[in-house]
Amino acid sequence: MNKLTNTGRISTVLVILLLVSLWFFPMWRIDLAAPQYPGGLTMTIWINDIQGDVDVINGLNHYIGMQTIHKEDFREFIYMPLAMMIFIAMGLGVLAWNRRAGYYTWTLLFLVLASLSFYDFYKWEYDYGHNLDPNAPIQVPGMAYQPPLIGYKKMLNFEVLSQPHVAGWCYILAGVILVAITIYEYKKSRQNA
Amino acid sequence: MKKFLLFSLSLGAVALLPSCKMKTAETAVSGDAASKVYVAPGKYDEFYNFVSGGFNGQVSVYGLPSGRLLKIIPVFSVFPENGYGYSEETKAMLNTTAGLIPWDDQHHLTLSQTNGEQDGRWLFANANNTPRVARIDLTTFKTVEILQLPNSAGNHSSPYLTENTEYVVAGTRFAVPIGEQQDVPISSFKENFKSTVSFISVDKNSGRMNVAFQVVLPGMDLDLSRAGKGPSHGWFFFSTYNTEQANTLLEVNASEKDKDFIVAINWQKAEAYAKAGKGKKMKVQYAHNVFHEEEQSATSTTETEVIVLDPNELKDIVYMIPCPKSPHGCDVDPSGEYIVGSGKLAALIPVFSYQKIIKAIDAKDFEGDYQGIPVLKYNTVLHGEVQKPGLGPLHTEFDANGNAYTSMFLSSEIVKWNVKSLEVLDRAPTYYSIGHLCVPGGDTKKPWGKYVIAYNKITKDRYLPTGPELAQSAQLYDISGEKMKLLLDFPTVGEPHYAQAIAADMIKDKSVKIYDINKNKHPYVAMGEKNAKVVRKGNRVDIYMTAIRSHLNPDNIEGVYVGDEVYFHVTNLEQDWDVPHGFAIKNNPNAELLIMPGETVTLKFVPEKAGIYPYYCTDFCSALHQEMQGYLRVSPKGSNVPLKFGTGEMKAVAANQ
Repeated sequence: MNKLTNTGRISTVLVILLLVSLWFFPMWRIDLAAPQYPGGLTMTIWINDIQGDVDVINGLNHYIGMQTIHKEDFREFIYMPLAMMIFIAMGLGVLAWNRRAGYYTWTLLFLVLASLSFYDFYKWEYDYGHNLDPNAPIQVPGMAYQPPLIGYKKMLNFEVLSQPHVAGWCYILAGVILVAITIYEYKKSRQNA
Repeated sequence: MKKFLLFSLSLGAVALLPSCKMKTAETAVSGDAASKVYVAPGKYDEFYNFVSGGFNGQVSVYGLPSGRLLKIIPVFSVFPENGYGYSEETKAMLNTTAGLIPWDDQHHLTLSQTNGEQDGRWLFANANNTPRVARIDLTTFKTVEILQLPNSAGNHSSPYLTENTEYVVAGTRFAVPIGEQQDVPISSFKENFKSTVSFISVDKNSGRMNVAFQVVLPGMDLDLSRAGKGPSHGWFFFSTYNTEQANTLLEVNASEKDKDFIVAINWQKAEAYAKAGKGKKMKVQYAHNVFHEEEQSATSTTETEVIVLDPNELKDIVYMIPCPKSPHGCDVDPSGEYIVGSGKLAALIPVFSYQKIIKAIDAKDFEGDYQGIPVLKYNTVLHGEVQKPGLGPLHTEFDANGNAYTSMFLSSEIVKWNVKSLEVLDRAPTYYSIGHLCVPGGDTKKPWGKYVIAYNKITKDRYLPTGPELAQSAQLYDISGEKMKLLLDFPTVGEPHYAQAIAADMIKDKSVKIYDINKNKHPYVAMGEKNAKVVRKGNRVDIYMTAIRSHLNPDNIEGVYVGDEVYFHVTNLEQDWDVPHGFAIKNNPNAELLIMPGETVTLKFVPEKAGIYPYYCTDFCSALHQEMQGYLRVSPKGSNVPLKFGTGEMKAVAANQ
């Protein structure tokens, strides 16, 4: 009796497809603008990589003693794809099992993963922005360079804008769908009871 | 009464004075000129204007319509401000069979063409004094090849080119003896002196130049030239003077005859003869200098042979067209049908018809020969004469609407006339004494039109005075309407002769921003700071140095001795746009280096005294630019200071080298 509705099953497929986009598009983008960089600088974060003007940003950051960014330093780039693959596989399990309980668990897991990811991202940004080389050539007392998790911030001569990229929006949409359908399924189950 | 009359007369004269004032230059500009040349901050000019540097030996690049100087490209002269001709990598570019020549006289420029239209790939430049032709790459704005010309002197009628850049041409202004015996009396001009025209082939893909063949002509002065296009593709036309063959006081002796010639060369036929082995292989020596992009270094090789064609044996490759009074400019209109000869002492401009020339040649309708070369009849091949155009016609460029613009040196004006009807349409004064002029694309099948730029020979009062030596004066005119309108004066460097202009869109997006460090194959590159090192071999010390904001590595070097040959190979590790580093060291009788991102450049230094020699970055690169410095310790010869280097931490070099 606790079988998924058609809507529920379709949403499972949809969520899986949305998550697959993580391998084709960046999740996040951080844009920097300053007068001497007329074209701006962009850093894009993928599920397993970091791209864009990373070298240029690293070159700039040495003045204020920020750590340089290297793909190899992020264990996340191994864990994240793995976690998402397992999550997608579970989604297939939810479809096969076709029970509401499965769907609820899947949603719960998604929320846990998402919270962990954002916490991790924030922690990295905090560390990156605060943990400065004490011997840095330029030291501004009280200044930290933590990029915004999402949104706009002005830091010294740079303006910084942080926002989701294509796959990031897909991911967020997947979360919205999961929560919405969970509520929908829950209501349906109550009606039938 | 008499007194009163005198008084009133002089009063009258004073009152009349202002109205008797002559017309001045200021009155020539109309109201909306400023808005037409205003390029707002952050906006780009519409055209690149490549302007020959004349006696500075370089090429300068201006933006149009603003007249702003964008860059000086070093070509035939050393350029201490970026190390051209001083760095080990570029010394070979200026090599000749007479050694490194640090200067030349750069007169003419031609942009490469495909199908008779500008293609924005390369710019060719001539050296007048020590005959050479250079090729500049328009992605890097760098001189990448210089070819010396054998059997040549005064390479003036150069580097004009054919409509697909098959050949760049180089004709001699000075006839000189060629071959083995060159120590001859000057008075033996008529028998021993020859003019030559070199046809330099250009590789379609690489641009690499090669002297394909030379046509030897009787001794005279070849002045300017143009290739035929469209129907006349396959022909080349040269103006000549001193066909009197004078070797002294040319001012008088070379102006004796009523007519000199335009030399028409059927280069396609000449090319076929050369390929068929009809030419003579001549032993000569000339330098061929190539800048290799990947190694970022130039090499100079000596070529030893040239194919020479003699029109007295190969009868159907050269013809002479009589042209009044020492012609200078020799220009072909966009249709390829009309050839304009400008006799600089003539009071008219003859225009010849290509079809009539071919007809006369086919009919063998000659009036005689000049030293064995057939001479066509002036009236038979003439399309017509522009009557009373002005005084001293020099050069002609064209717009896209069938009009020609001729510079008049003596009457100091530009004259606009219709090529077909030969009717004078307009004249505009120039300040002062115009030499060359340039319409964007005005020498191609498809002129861009829009502007004509005058490159004046005399400046006088055009700008704030700067002592006896003044800047040169260029002027921009709007030619989009029926009447030419003066828009702008702009000072130029060197002494511009010919110039070319091309739409900015043809070049700007191809412009290289940085050199990819991963493609750097320089033999002395330091790939990353951990590869910075110092190596001694005998008395040669190679310093593999890196530069990145804001330090040089190594910045402390010890164990170098007086008399050592020290080579600073500086690699700029930056990979960001517009972050060059510079390099200079105290008491070095050499120049500085400018090193672009991803590039390696070498500066040689032979210290003559023991002591401490500071070195530093000379291009303001960052907030910590002033900290980007280092010290070289030089010890007396034979002392035992060990070789050590480093930045932060000193590393010793194993002593067994």
